[in-house]
Amino acid sequence: MATVEVTFTPLPAHVRTARLVATAVARRSGVDEALLDEVRLAVGEACSRAVEAHRRHCPAEPVKIEMTDQGERFVVVVSDQAPTPGASTGASAGANGHGLGQGAATLVQDADDAGIPAGFGLAVISGLADDVHVSSTSSGVSVRMSWPSATPTTT
Amino acid sequence: MDLKLGHYNKDGIEIVDVEGEIDVYTAPRLRELLIDLVNKNNYQLVVNMEKVEFLDSTGLGVLVGGLKRVRAHDGSLDLVCTQERILKIFRITGLTKVFGIHNTVDEAIEAKKLDK
Repeated sequence: MATVEVTFTPLPAHVRTARLVATAVARRSGVDEALLDEVRLAVGEACSRAVEAHRRHCPAEPVKIEMTDQGERFVVVVSDQAPTPGASTGASAGANGHGLGQGAATLVQDADDAGIPAGFGLAVISGLADDVHVSSTSSGVSVRMSWPSATPTTT
Repeated sequence: MDLKLGHYNKDGIEIVDVEGEIDVYTAPRLRELLIDLVNKNNYQLVVNMEKVEFLDSTGLGVLVGGLKRVRAHDGSLDLVCTQERILKIFRITGLTKVFGIHNTVDEAIEAKKLDK
């Protein structure tokens, strides 16, 4: 089980770097080429969400990404350290009342100058990865996503 | 790749050319351009996304925000996009029902003329 871990200062400019690294590690782990766009977008969404949370609550703390080749699955965990009021563990993306569950017209209605309502990114992730789990605690939110990978590489 | 933006007027419709990646870092620039165009009384917009390589929910938010602004003036914001990987995020979010999405800029312009 090989792991690549990246931490970065919560700046929007670094989200692109995180996406590129995740895509490269996914490719290296044998994730099908057809799925790499999904990995790139889902990891980008998770990192964007974490960066926004850190910028509001703890701009000095880094965002962490762990990418693990577990043989048959490529697992990415994006963790933030922003305090979450009313935190719960085990919530699944898309079940938070935002995004995909609501109609597109409502989505447009709710959008403001800051963009689409918060939580929408998680809903997008749930539409991209077939396995998504969001753990929310008082010390932060962790988004775990995984995709099937091919035969494990040994070199 | 960073974000490149350009715009021009054709038949009274403002065409916005977008090239590169629209994400949490670059989306504010597109938001500023759309706001600027609306503030200059351009309410018929077409955003050409044929050269967009990446789009996330932040970018979607900017496009939705632009749509709301032009609609407030009885205008419209249509998109030009044929790339499957970009169209996918519009489908996932249901926004294909909100935006007019066309294959070419000329097709988008013709569709807007018919709507007038």
